[in-house]
Amino acid sequence: MADTLHRSPVLRHREDAFARLPEGLEIVAEPDVALADLRVPEGAVASATGVVGVALPLEPNTWVARPGGQVVWLGPDEWLVSDADERPEALEAALRAAVAPHDGAAVDVSAQRTAVRLRGRHARALLATGCALDLHPSVFGAGRSAQTTLGLVGVVLLALDDRGEDYRILVRPSFAGYLADWLLDAAVEFEPPGPAAAL
Amino acid sequence: MRVDGYGRIDRSRTLGFTFDGRSYTGHPGDTLASALLANGVHRIGSSVTLGRPRGISAAWSEDATGLVQVEEPFPEPMLLATTVELVDGLVARGLGGQGRLAEVADTARYDRMHHHVDTLVVGAGPAGLLAARAAARRGERVALLDDRPEPGGSLTGTERIDGRPSREFVADVVAELATHPEVAHLQRTTAFGRYDDGFVLALQHRTDHLGADAPRTLSRQRVHRIRAGRTVIATGAHERPIVFADNDRPGILLAASARDLLHRYGVLAGREVVVFTGDDAAYAAAVDLADAGAAVTVVEARPQAPAHWAGAAADRGIPVLTGSLVAGTEGAPGDGRVSAAVVTGADGARTVLGCDLLAVSGGWNPTAHLFSHVRGTLAYDPALGAFRPGEDLDGVAVVGAANGTLDLAGCLREGASGERPPSADGEPERTPGAIVWRVEGPHDRQFVDVQRDATVADIARAVGAGMRSAEHVKRYTTIGTAHDQGKTSGVLASAITAELLGVPIEDLGTTTFRPPYTPVAFAALAGRERGQLFDPVRTTALHAWHVGAGAVFEDVGQWKRPRYYPRPGEDMEAAVLRECAAVRDGVGILDGSTLGKIDVQGRDAAVLLDRVYTNMMSNLAVGRVRYGVMCGPDGMVIDDGTVLRLAEDRFTVITTTGGAAKILDWLEEWVQTEWPDLRVHLASVTEQWAVFPVVGPRSRHVISRLFADLDVSNDAFGFMCWRDTELDGVPVRVARISFSGELAYEVNVNAWYAPAVWERLLAAGEKHGITPYGTETMHVLRAEKGYPIIGQDTDGTVTPHDLGMAWAVSKKKSDFIGKRSFSRAENTDPLRKQLVGLLPTDARTKIPEGSQVVEFCPDGALPAPPVPMLGHVTSSYRSAALGRPFALALVKGGRQRVGDVVHVPVGDALVPAEITSSVLVDPEGNRRDG
Repeated sequence: MADTLHRSPVLRHREDAFARLPEGLEIVAEPDVALADLRVPEGAVASATGVVGVALPLEPNTWVARPGGQVVWLGPDEWLVSDADERPEALEAALRAAVAPHDGAAVDVSAQRTAVRLRGRHARALLATGCALDLHPSVFGAGRSAQTTLGLVGVVLLALDDRGEDYRILVRPSFAGYLADWLLDAAVEFEPPGPAAAL
Repeated sequence: MRVDGYGRIDRSRTLGFTFDGRSYTGHPGDTLASALLANGVHRIGSSVTLGRPRGISAAWSEDATGLVQVEEPFPEPMLLATTVELVDGLVARGLGGQGRLAEVADTARYDRMHHHVDTLVVGAGPAGLLAARAAARRGERVALLDDRPEPGGSLTGTERIDGRPSREFVADVVAELATHPEVAHLQRTTAFGRYDDGFVLALQHRTDHLGADAPRTLSRQRVHRIRAGRTVIATGAHERPIVFADNDRPGILLAASARDLLHRYGVLAGREVVVFTGDDAAYAAAVDLADAGAAVTVVEARPQAPAHWAGAAADRGIPVLTGSLVAGTEGAPGDGRVSAAVVTGADGARTVLGCDLLAVSGGWNPTAHLFSHVRGTLAYDPALGAFRPGEDLDGVAVVGAANGTLDLAGCLREGASGERPPSADGEPERTPGAIVWRVEGPHDRQFVDVQRDATVADIARAVGAGMRSAEHVKRYTTIGTAHDQGKTSGVLASAITAELLGVPIEDLGTTTFRPPYTPVAFAALAGRERGQLFDPVRTTALHAWHVGAGAVFEDVGQWKRPRYYPRPGEDMEAAVLRECAAVRDGVGILDGSTLGKIDVQGRDAAVLLDRVYTNMMSNLAVGRVRYGVMCGPDGMVIDDGTVLRLAEDRFTVITTTGGAAKILDWLEEWVQTEWPDLRVHLASVTEQWAVFPVVGPRSRHVISRLFADLDVSNDAFGFMCWRDTELDGVPVRVARISFSGELAYEVNVNAWYAPAVWERLLAAGEKHGITPYGTETMHVLRAEKGYPIIGQDTDGTVTPHDLGMAWAVSKKKSDFIGKRSFSRAENTDPLRKQLVGLLPTDARTKIPEGSQVVEFCPDGALPAPPVPMLGHVTSSYRSAALGRPFALALVKGGRQRVGDVVHVPVGDALVPAEITSSVLVDPEGNRRDG
């Protein structure tokens, strides 16, 4: 892209705080990428395969990798497609061209969500302070996703590994500052001497 | 007093504490109660109503009496001395029934933790430990909770299990559990409520016992939210007191509690001990207290003492008075501690036995609270004289004493869950107990709920007043409503009520247990959701700019929106008048990004919009914008906004800021449940698009300067049209929509670029004096034009016609949501309240919003009430354009009354105001096109 218009990452003011997190926790605000909300009626899901590059995942609450990004199952006829290499309007146009003839739809939602990467050996415990779902790797391993509440904020949560140590959290940008503050506050628990001191 | 050779406290270290202003010492491992008793302090406080001396009646959370106020390290009211772990520097005082909330902010952290387990075991006594171990060995995910500082439950250490001291057995099981990574073992954690689908809440005290060393980084208390496939309730049993006259004195303890104090803390709670029992277990207390140096006498309600225990007593020279009852007590002057037990012998003779400790056992009440929380039925067990789980519940197992199994061998067997149970070596066989709830005596000195000062006389009054149910008697007498929720008094209240009614207790039943099992502080329930994290704060992409510009923010739902941007020395009124004038005379710019936006896509998109808006949308041309109103089925306005037609099969629906989520849900509900045949898809794009209205007569110059490719002439780009353009290759959509009556361009861009585009607009407008303005100015400008705010000028009882927007209600469409209601007689009543303008005739008074509107009162005073109301003021501002304050109001038949003067009571004054059209500025619409 030849943009000269300056982009402003939503969490640019939290980066210093993220850098001071205790050992065992890492939070990174990921660069914004093109995102499209894709709707394809049952029976026409194959119409999207060409543009998406992989078959749309049909198992609820899963995600799969695709060239340049990922596809997240959001509903029986709804997916979230990401693409780090494509311009938002181009991604929307390509998907829409593929699925509109089949009564599908595609909408550019690139700025509708921003991504936070949470990693480290305390990552699962930190999430468990505010997420009611079972995040045990045997239940929520790599490839699993959930539309859930973290603290008081609606998020899409993706498991990126099978050890409970790597997650991507998609959040509405307007809530991202609050969520970042919530995550930073939850991390206080893991500062030295750490939770073992309570036992 | 403290006795050597007993207790698991750390005597190598000494802790200082203060109680009722006096300094004492104790040891790590003590509770406040054990340390006080070790120091000979038996009176803790006074009773709430009668002011009688009260001490400590039990060793743990079932204590009905020993409430204290903690002052240091942090003020907390109504804590049980028996559950406060002693720390250095603790300051507490006894209570006379009520405590005092802290007047300083609590700076401790509180949080919560979610768990999912196959098996949850509540209680780490012998049964619970084995149940947890069996589940762990099966490879399950397990949580084991126990409310005391250390595991082991009622095991005192004197028992032998599988040939070894019982504490070694406990240590072995705990060590094995620690090797299983999927086992969470939490002490100091009380499961306080069980709910449907295996959901259990538990409160953990994490740092209180660390005193001044408690890390500030850790939560002080944590609420665990546990979802369990199966719950094992191994919560033990509470010993049951016996009701007799003056049974409330300091020095009267449950027998097992006296024994617990000895073995846990090395505290001998009396030197001259009377043990009053009808149950075998109290003999273990009698024997252990005697071995520790006390002079003990047993008052045995049964005609014969159990053989094993009779021998043990004889070996120690403990007299056992069989067939005898304690009918009353005497107290010492001063602290009121028990000084004698008045005993009625088998022959009816009365004996006074001097004592400084009266240890009582009336048997055992299974701690079946968690079972009862999910409506598990409790059944009366005549052998126990108490209620125990009386049915099987899916996903619940009740084991050990909680199930009414009182012998250790039985507890081990039930806990082992099918594994080979360890042996309880040398345990004497239990013999049937005597069920004694009450010894005859004066009703008004026989305390049933000691904390509530409620006696047998109170139950008699309840029964005399016609109460026939345990639940009614509870509420009439308050028995079982104190901090302990009737742990020791509940069954007694049922038994004595049954006695007074002359019915069997099994017919009367008992009250239902409800959460919480023990008190839970609101701070713990609030967790981290307080202060800055109390509720999510939503901010737009420009928030940092607004902060830097000195904006004063307004909460709009969860959004923080700039209300106005004061310059030095300006108050809100001055700033808003300046901002309004700048917009009407030059150009202003607003961050409108919070407006709700919904992408509507599909070949039936226009069909859907025709059904949900009152006006026609299907004939809107691509490239055009139309204002629309949405109503509920009752015909009342629920939202309004504009619609952009992007393509034949695609629209953008703009909602109010507050209606964004609600309207998307509303549309989805119709699409998914009523019209699933429509080929249409909805998606929220509220945050996708940053929106900046550039407003005012000079706005065209700003837009044309920044977007050189855009023909901004009125002919090429008319009112209620939108055009796409680009800025440095980034798509930008500009729409001529006006919420002020001025020439205006709403600039829409992917929110990634919001700050950059905003800065470019400011730069482009600099020479025109472009002025950022906030929501307050936006409100004034729209009100001057009579544009309503849904939710401010409407309240769910207002139709489009009431707002003067009959033009927005289609007469052509065959149907739409709300249409049917518009033909109801009520909706055509000419006296419905209608939106009008109000001009205070003095041209000075700004009428408070919410003020009532009444008929003009010629004599300057309100008539006698009830004063007929004409309506109320919905919006009120000062207007730079009008040079005076004005208001919008809903007034009965208002549009027919333009020109009338009415009165608005404000405080004691009546403010005269003239009814006008709701459009006060530029009614001809001359300013719209610049």
